[in-house]
Amino acid sequence: MIWAAVLAASAGGFALKLAGWSVPARWLAGERLQRAALLLPVALLAALVAVQAFAGDRALVLDARAAGLAVGALLLVLRAPFLLVVVGAAVTAAVLRAV
Amino acid sequence: MRRPALTAALPPPTAQQRRGVLRDALGIGVAVGAYGLSFGAAGITAGLSTLQTCALSLLLFTGASQFALVGVLGAGGSAVAAVASALLLGTRNTLYAVRLSSLVPQAGPRRLVAAQLTIDESTAMAIAAPPGLAATGFWSTGASIYVLWNLATLLGAVGAARLGDPGVLGLDAAVPAAFLALLWPQLRDRGLVAVAVAGGLIALVAVPFVPAGVPVLLAGLAVVPLLVGRRR
Repeated sequence: MIWAAVLAASAGGFALKLAGWSVPARWLAGERLQRAALLLPVALLAALVAVQAFAGDRALVLDARAAGLAVGALLLVLRAPFLLVVVGAAVTAAVLRAV
Repeated sequence: MRRPALTAALPPPTAQQRRGVLRDALGIGVAVGAYGLSFGAAGITAGLSTLQTCALSLLLFTGASQFALVGVLGAGGSAVAAVASALLLGTRNTLYAVRLSSLVPQAGPRRLVAAQLTIDESTAMAIAAPPGLAATGFWSTGASIYVLWNLATLLGAVGAARLGDPGVLGLDAAVPAAFLALLWPQLRDRGLVAVAVAGGLIALVAVPFVPAGVPVLLAGLAVVPLLVGRRR
């Protein structure tokens, strides 16, 4: 099932890219379509942050992931590079679980 | 920064400008490699094999969609929800491609390769390149990121597979932080922050009531008020 998801997403993702190269530009020039495509990632990425940090099995949970996310956010405010943000979040969660 | 369309009157790019573009392309490739390392680790953490994780970087090749796919699968979501999340995040590549097709027109097999390399960074570099260097910016950035992203994915996946239990190492906490880092640079004004907050809240409210993966799709509704508000 994982392979099916991997291949379906890859085929669909490529089709989305190729479509933009192939269809007449005016088909995709609508202002609302443009805004939707730029706003959707923001809404979806925020949802992924929330779900990955706070969702358990059909319930919201507060655990070490939340502390990791908080440290990650702090590092972003301090303009830390991507890798430091991710490692900082992981180390925070690992340390909290170890103590 | 947006530049006006090229005209014949513009001077040809200097060798120095070309070197600058190539240097930037390599620099972006190295920086994006860091995402690749964490994506490789995230794939393993979510339960994918090393081969499946690497296949995503080779074939899907668009970071946010890849993270979304493994994130939803790792959280126990269905394949359909995972693919839908990945594709919704991939729709912006369609708009990038529209812009690129007028900026650096391609035909035949080259168009297929160009399509695969159509991502945030290669588009941004093509648009920001000095006059006459849009194609150089696009191809060099796309190629540099493709190579380094895939190498880094392999390293991250092999590394995470050897390290063992992801929970002990906090790798599961690295995934939300990675999404936040992807989101951060996009929060350029209050409207975008509002969309992000609404998307996050919708997803959290939905978690107890719908299967894993679906809350993320529902969060897409957060953009609706802004679209309707823009109607003229």
